[in-house]
Amino acid sequence: MTTLEFKNVSKKYRVRGSGELLALDKVSFTLTSGQTIALVGQSGSGKSTIAKILTQLERVSSGEVLLDGTPIPTWGRPLRRYRQSVRMVFQDPFASLNPAHTIRHHIERPLRLDKVVPADQVEEEVFRLLNRVRLSPEQTIDRRPHELSGGQRQRVAIARALASRPALLIADEPVSMLDVSIRLEVLNLLAELQREANLGVLYITHDLATARHFSDEIMVLHHGTVVERGKADDVILRPQHPYTRALRDASPDPEKHFAVPTTPGATS
Amino acid sequence: MTFPNTVAAAVPAVPPAQTRKRGTLSRLGQTFAMFRNGKSIAGLSILGVFVLIAIFGDWIAPYGPLDKDFTALRQPPSWVHWLGTTHMGEDVLSQIIYGTRGVLVVGFTAGVIATIIAVAIGVTAGYVTGWRSESLSALTNVFLVIPGLPLIIIIASQYENPSLLLISSVLAITGWAWGGRVLRAQTMSLRNRDFIQAARANGEPLYRIIAVEMLPNLTAIIASSFVGTVIAAVLGLTTLAFIGVIPITNLNWGTILFWAQQNGAFPDFWWWYVPAGLCIALLGMALSLINFGIDEYVNPRLRSAGERARAMRKKGFKLSDTATAVRPRPAAAGTSGPGTSSDPGTSSDPGVTNAGIK
Repeated sequence: MTTLEFKNVSKKYRVRGSGELLALDKVSFTLTSGQTIALVGQSGSGKSTIAKILTQLERVSSGEVLLDGTPIPTWGRPLRRYRQSVRMVFQDPFASLNPAHTIRHHIERPLRLDKVVPADQVEEEVFRLLNRVRLSPEQTIDRRPHELSGGQRQRVAIARALASRPALLIADEPVSMLDVSIRLEVLNLLAELQREANLGVLYITHDLATARHFSDEIMVLHHGTVVERGKADDVILRPQHPYTRALRDASPDPEKHFAVPTTPGATS
Repeated sequence: MTFPNTVAAAVPAVPPAQTRKRGTLSRLGQTFAMFRNGKSIAGLSILGVFVLIAIFGDWIAPYGPLDKDFTALRQPPSWVHWLGTTHMGEDVLSQIIYGTRGVLVVGFTAGVIATIIAVAIGVTAGYVTGWRSESLSALTNVFLVIPGLPLIIIIASQYENPSLLLISSVLAITGWAWGGRVLRAQTMSLRNRDFIQAARANGEPLYRIIAVEMLPNLTAIIASSFVGTVIAAVLGLTTLAFIGVIPITNLNWGTILFWAQQNGAFPDFWWWYVPAGLCIALLGMALSLINFGIDEYVNPRLRSAGERARAMRKKGFKLSDTATAVRPRPAAAGTSGPGTSSDPGTSSDPGVTNAGIK
């Protein structure tokens, strides 16, 4: 059981010429393994900043992030051990894989880096991981990213994230760049892997529909603060905060879509 | 298969033996893909001839470069001396052949040294941030605006008999800055790409991020900066030799021009200076062609329309091993060309086919 805790985390970016930008303002939440939280908010609300802090690509300005009660180490081997247990799937599968390297390289690296398996079993493990994300290992392992489709690439990215056997997975809009027809497939794969490995998943998205479909809880972020958090259905059906309401009303509703528009002349 | 809708099922079945082959060979092909176009091949061919001349000069040259034949002074080209003789009766062709080695050795040594400096400083300056990046960038700019030739003249004239390595180093030090600048810009754009961020988030050490994740994406630019420096070094060397800064013991095309100029060859004894000048131009052209080829590989928009179409067709062929399985090419339905001639059923002469339709 792994628990990740955000405690009053703030993040300021220094912007050249115009002072500071407060990207996160005292954000607190906990994420435990086996749980899926959707992080919803519009562009610039601080979603990606949270992901960057969790992967330690950025440091917090104030507050702290605790993994099982201990603060995230900032360098060296402890940091690598932390990174082993918190992995991320990036938004754009066309950008997150190195065009110069084969799929084998992408999945092998975390295995070798964290010594997940002995060196002579690495190949086997790569095959196992590719099978887990439903890619045919024989056909993909020696290919380069540009030879694969977007969905296949995102599967490779997921396999890479799972390679070090993390306890927590951050999925930063993992399907927003994918073809609509395969979004659900990839999301279902993620959900299945989450159940299998009892992962804690932070699902970052701006799509309320998939957030409700995929996660237990929804957390709404607005201008760097958490404005609402609760069970997925509660947040969608009974939003408390006006921003959440606005967000919900902004997303297309399939039932309203075919409703006859009310025109002044039609009413008697 | 339990998951009929999976991606794995969508990939057409390829025999495992075929996928096994894509190993080091295809990786090598990928690395040299930037040289696989008409311009690069033409440039590499010309360069190859010069390299062969440089290597086998001792066997090819009809005379020693300094063998003097006092019975034939300032002779125009003849069957005995294909490119004529100098004022001392030395064979110009032999001097050109022997001079090739000096030019290429210095050019490539300078190119290698300059590229190492450019990669080290350029990539580092692009990867680090803040004052470190700024100071490395400032250093690059300083070397960029230093007038190269005067500096080389000053340095070279400090030494009685500068070695080839010293000359190359000086040419490299004055020539790396441009490549360093381009590499810095490209690295800056690479460092924020997701795949570098992903490598960082995976905990890859810095040296691996730069050497393994970044450098392979910079090969084309490194190659182009190498070739550019070689051109600059060749021109610099011949210039130095021509103005007499480099001692005459170092035989190269510039030395020939120096002697020609010293002994009043201009303009009457054209066979003395024209070949050396042409060789410099030809080598420069070859290297430039290689660079144009690399540029087109990096930026396909530079290609002319015809080349682009040809490249697309080439790519189409490569991808077609999966595409044709689904949609076989129509067997000479309305098209004439190579497809028709390969089919034994239809005549290879389109005129006859037309007659048959009528």
